[in-house]
Amino acid sequence: MIMIDTGDRIAAKAAQMARPEFIAAYPITPQTVIVEKTADYVESGELDAEYIRVESEHSAMTAVIGAAVTGVRTFTATSSHGLALMHEMLHWAAYSRLPIVMVNVNRALGPGWNIWADQSDSLAQRDTGWVQFYCASCQEIFDTIIQAYRLAEMEDVQVPVMVNFDAFVLSHTSMPVEVPDQSDIDAFLPPYRALWKIDPDDPITCFNMLPQSEFGALRKDLHDAHGRVKELIPGIASEWKERFGSYHGGLVEEYLCEDAEYIIVAMGALGAEARVAVEELRREGMKAGLARVRLFRPFPNEVFRRLARNRTFIVVDRNVSIGSGGGVYSELKSGLYGFANAPVHGFIAGLGGKDLTFGEMCEMVRKVADGRAADVEWWGLEE
Amino acid sequence: MAVKNLPREELVRPGSGGCPGCPSSLALRVTLKALGKNTVFAIPACCAVVCLGAYPKTAFDVPVVSIAFEASAAAASGLAAGLKRLGKQDTNVVVWAGDGGTYDIGLQALSGAVERETDFIYICYNNEMYSNTGIQRSGATPYGAWTTTTWTGKTEQKKDMPAILRAHGLPYMATAVPGYPEDLFRKVRKAMSIRGSKYIEILAPCPPGWRFPMDKTVEMSKLAVDTGAWALYEYENGQLNFNLKSKSILEKKTEPKPIEEYLKLQGRFAHLFKPDRNEQVLDEIQQRSLADWERFRKQVECGVA
Amino acid sequence: MKMQVKAVISRPADGVMGKTGAWRDFRPELDSSKCIKCLLCWIFCPDGCIKRADDDSVSIDYVYCKGCGICANECPKQAITMKREGMGE
Repeated sequence: MIMIDTGDRIAAKAAQMARPEFIAAYPITPQTVIVEKTADYVESGELDAEYIRVESEHSAMTAVIGAAVTGVRTFTATSSHGLALMHEMLHWAAYSRLPIVMVNVNRALGPGWNIWADQSDSLAQRDTGWVQFYCASCQEIFDTIIQAYRLAEMEDVQVPVMVNFDAFVLSHTSMPVEVPDQSDIDAFLPPYRALWKIDPDDPITCFNMLPQSEFGALRKDLHDAHGRVKELIPGIASEWKERFGSYHGGLVEEYLCEDAEYIIVAMGALGAEARVAVEELRREGMKAGLARVRLFRPFPNEVFRRLARNRTFIVVDRNVSIGSGGGVYSELKSGLYGFANAPVHGFIAGLGGKDLTFGEMCEMVRKVADGRAADVEWWGLEE
Repeated sequence: MAVKNLPREELVRPGSGGCPGCPSSLALRVTLKALGKNTVFAIPACCAVVCLGAYPKTAFDVPVVSIAFEASAAAASGLAAGLKRLGKQDTNVVVWAGDGGTYDIGLQALSGAVERETDFIYICYNNEMYSNTGIQRSGATPYGAWTTTTWTGKTEQKKDMPAILRAHGLPYMATAVPGYPEDLFRKVRKAMSIRGSKYIEILAPCPPGWRFPMDKTVEMSKLAVDTGAWALYEYENGQLNFNLKSKSILEKKTEPKPIEEYLKLQGRFAHLFKPDRNEQVLDEIQQRSLADWERFRKQVECGVA
Repeated sequence: MKMQVKAVISRPADGVMGKTGAWRDFRPELDSSKCIKCLLCWIFCPDGCIKRADDDSVSIDYVYCKGCGICANECPKQAITMKREGMGE
């Protein structure tokens, strides 16, 4: 079935078809449609789940944790300030090894108030232990949410997954999406079977004090699981492609990279815009390519080390770590250090939802090619 | 119910991390005798987490989810919903939290859970301070009490948390003390029999925090009742019902003992007695307590809570 | 329970904080001849260290008793007295 709808409503549809048994969520622009639509699915009987309309995002994540320890599949969604309020419980979810799936609609954090696209919200949560995907189309939103459950619930993973997409650019933009039959989704994503759960017949205590002697080993176990995530995602994406036809890349979507001299690196909807820029530059005769980062945590260093030979990377970050720089830029550089000498240029652009066109991205690449670009530039601030 | 008839079953193992003479450990034992094995606990950061002990062991023979300080009522919401999905609505979902996690940092989540009519029992063991972190002032610390953040005595009154809970229109709330275990047992059993959100607050006289000898925990909790510093009551169907000695104080059949008798045994009030008696503060505390009882009488008389 | 991954999942055990009897400065000693089996010591022990037998007689678990003395303080017949550890009779 083809469904033409916005990113938020597509995300809600995917969540419904994943058959979570528990949802707790709190509304925040521009995620509100997901909260509303999933509540509608539950009230109309199209989704058989418990739905708790909590009083904050902190409680949303906590309630999801509380339900997940009983061994049921869970879902929540948030954005920006809501994600920031969840911060403490994001750690709790990940170190509890609960396979929660959450949608985060990337939006700027105040002050000043700004509801538009900006990835600084989720980039600030990169150290919480969650796997982070970034989507560039509504089809990718649908596919990634279903795949996220499959990944999170694997016996040797057991890690929560955050599926990110841009405020308004995707959340409120309609696109056609191929939605498979429920039976086919069910075949791809069987019912969740928890490895452990709260049960009065088996009185375990979850998350009590953890002594110094044990602490590091449990942290490393989560880190190692992230390593397995990188190995497992390409297989899951390929299986999806075989079953349903759509494919968005594994860890990184590579486009015209084989002979590229200049590779644009971007994440989220900017990655879709960069694809147009690459085609434009190719028409001009420039050997340009795109490496769109689908997975930020764990970061796909291996992919970029492979791509790095005789290439120049132009990273476009719609986020900033104040005092450091663009998030993807920093990750990419540290991942390449000692492995490749590829030049990396960073552009911090489009913060707070400021429009960034493929034409501007072409100009970034030309500027780098002409040797006019600094290592890191803030783009588009001039009067 | 006589002490003899309280269940023999012990659901906390000996050798837990509680301090000698711990009122929370005592009240927990009694509470678990009422709840039985078909129970799941959510416990935020508080002394009870120390009682649990460290991974990979636990002192509790019922399942426990330990959760962040402000989050226990929200965790209980998720637990109750998850257990419902599993067809286990009969399992008691219980929060066991201190006053910091209830009056202060956990108030929002508690308010939300009660407003949503979550089917659970929230139990606050109230030692009137942040005891686990080293005796700091909380919203439950009484006026005049020394803590490590109110060195010369707290200058504000504690908040009336039970009234805040009653304002949510919950079906049942009760207060208790460790010194009257049959009363606590009965109130927990009562809470178990009612659907919806139930709140029980247990005064927890803490020997190291309040600065009194550790063999006096039970005695101190009874003295709190005898002096009227603590009132034992239940709230059900919009009505307040007072229990034991508190009932006779309410009905003026018994004069409460002077509150000084309670205060002077606690090192946290020592500055009110030496080097000189602070008559003004002592009188304020006494008058405030008597005024609380007058308010209780009016509430009972008018049928408002 | 099958565990593929490491999470902070703990199981019930006696003595999670070790043999807490070692914390004791004073030990409760019971004179059974004075005991009226009222069970107040049993219900008031914070740590469940007063053991209740089938006939409601009581005994003290010295492995874990922390020596708080509540049992002695609450006994209506003064059947329990606190004696300093290591001082003999």
